[in-house]
Amino acid sequence: MIENNLPVLIIIVPLCAALLCLLLTGINRHLGRAVVVLAVLASLVMSVMQLGLVIKNGPIHYAIGNYKVPFGIEFVIDSLNAVIIVMISTIGFISAVYADHFVTDRRPLLHGAYNTIIALLITGLLGMASTGDVFNLYVFLEITSLSAYCLIALGGSRGIVSAYRYMLVGTIAATFYLVAAALLYGATGTLNMDDMAKILSSGDYDTVMLLSMCFLIPAFGIKMALFPFHGWQPSAYTHAEAGTRPLITGVMGKLPAYAMFRFFYCIFGTDFRYVRYLMLALGVFSVCSMLYGSLMAMWQNDIRKMLAYSSVAQIGYISLGFAIGTPIALAGSFLHMIGHAFMKGGLFFCTGAIRYKFGTTDLNDFGRIYKKMPLTCGLLTVAALSMIGIPPTAGFFSKWYLASGAADQHYWIYIAVLVISSLLNAVYFFKLIEKVFINEDAGLKDKWSRGPELPLTMLIPIVVCFVAILGIGLFNAKIVDVLLLTLGEVGL
Amino acid sequence: MMITISTFLAEKGIYLLTFILLSLGVAGIVTCNNYMKKLICMNIMQVAVIFLFLCLGQKSKGTIPVAVEGLEKAADYINPLPHGLMLTAIVVSLGTTAVGLSLLLRIREKYGTIEEDDLLMRQELLSMEERQRRKQELQRIDT
Repeated sequence: MIENNLPVLIIIVPLCAALLCLLLTGINRHLGRAVVVLAVLASLVMSVMQLGLVIKNGPIHYAIGNYKVPFGIEFVIDSLNAVIIVMISTIGFISAVYADHFVTDRRPLLHGAYNTIIALLITGLLGMASTGDVFNLYVFLEITSLSAYCLIALGGSRGIVSAYRYMLVGTIAATFYLVAAALLYGATGTLNMDDMAKILSSGDYDTVMLLSMCFLIPAFGIKMALFPFHGWQPSAYTHAEAGTRPLITGVMGKLPAYAMFRFFYCIFGTDFRYVRYLMLALGVFSVCSMLYGSLMAMWQNDIRKMLAYSSVAQIGYISLGFAIGTPIALAGSFLHMIGHAFMKGGLFFCTGAIRYKFGTTDLNDFGRIYKKMPLTCGLLTVAALSMIGIPPTAGFFSKWYLASGAADQHYWIYIAVLVISSLLNAVYFFKLIEKVFINEDAGLKDKWSRGPELPLTMLIPIVVCFVAILGIGLFNAKIVDVLLLTLGEVGL
Repeated sequence: MMITISTFLAEKGIYLLTFILLSLGVAGIVTCNNYMKKLICMNIMQVAVIFLFLCLGQKSKGTIPVAVEGLEKAADYINPLPHGLMLTAIVVSLGTTAVGLSLLLRIREKYGTIEEDDLLMRQELLSMEERQRRKQELQRIDT
């Protein structure tokens, strides 16, 4: 029974937890949080089971409520989104465990609402990854965005202003997405992605596709914070609420990129007449993104702002893979999507932990904290090395696949930019490593001095991210094999 | 010439108007200085998309999609799907507006203004004060 309904159960369980959480927190302060954490853990277990099934039996098509497929909503799980769902639920679970230490206001209503919003954010992200319906994607996109606005607004008085500005820009993106969906729906008369792809490839729809492409690029560009559309991102990531920042920065930017892939490769397909222009536009945006993000990150003194700008550059790598388009390059992009979620999530887990222990986020205060926080600094170092792209971490292999894909298609300029951007990454991440290990001790006062370096629930996420970054690096060939099950058919 | 323009407007004019409404909304969000006005422009933009979907759903000589005796062909009924989708979109826009208004209330509470340039000036002042306080603290630790 459970096996047949896995795709929908993964989403329903956190959703039910979100709805129950507020009520249960009223009864007991810990009950609501426990329900959310357990629900996300259940999703994690089920998503691993689902990945196993997909690898064994091929893609799962799940019709919700047994409505016939082109008319009802369908969830389609292939090897790509099965992996992404595992990534979302892992990071969702560890941040749900971690976030509770940052709640300052322990009134039941606020505490319960906080956990509710986390569960809703995870639900929205999982839904975006699972769905095979164009309008359903919009609904999940809005669930994700609305919960993200709330979580960013919880980060103090600056967070509220960033959240408001993000809300305005994010709504423009959602509206543009809806315009594109309306154009495609008007032309094809269907909302199901597979059905739409079939109809679009059967007739002459090039003009409609070009027009909707012009709306889709800014829509997803804004949501994933690609260079010319990234304006909202640095302040939103910097001032977001500390406990859920890893989830927002690590996972939220990746799902629009995944949706962009679905539209441009699975729905439009590579036979689309203007595919060259599409890839050129994506290539230009990603190159600008990679250079601009790395350059801006070098000038920042606040570690949060530095990491936020570096996210602009890293999203550039992901869309660069889409601009190259061979299966290997696409696999590189997806490997980077997964790896970067753990790297950026891990780095923000570390900054949160440092702030929890010492109350500072200024890079200049980080002198020799490795003595007091060995595990945190271990993750900080591994994640930083992975960002630069040093083997055997995850970052090296994703860049390697991207570069070999680019070499196949003779895009030498992309390889040059990839190398330059990695060198720029090296500049600011070595600066971070230098501050942590070599600079003089700033004499910070401990706020948490009982027992080990941090509370246990904060150490779990740090260890998980550490293992994941090395694991993705070491087992990259296996992951890419799984990804290529789907990508082999859609690439150039 | 006049006839072609008028037939064009009769057939496609509504799309032109919707597009104008959409651009007005986006332009308003970009150019207005007052956060409340930005929120209103956001709503105008969302209404434009709702119009777009409803235009796609229009059909002459169709009746409401409830089975009536004697009318058995699909051509006799309108497609209810665009309207259903737009009900969802209206709910989403309501939710976004609610979040936006509550954020505005908090901004007003914290900063005492919802004009963008005033707000940026106040943020700058606050961060300068913070920096000075930190500097004084460091000096106190040194001495």
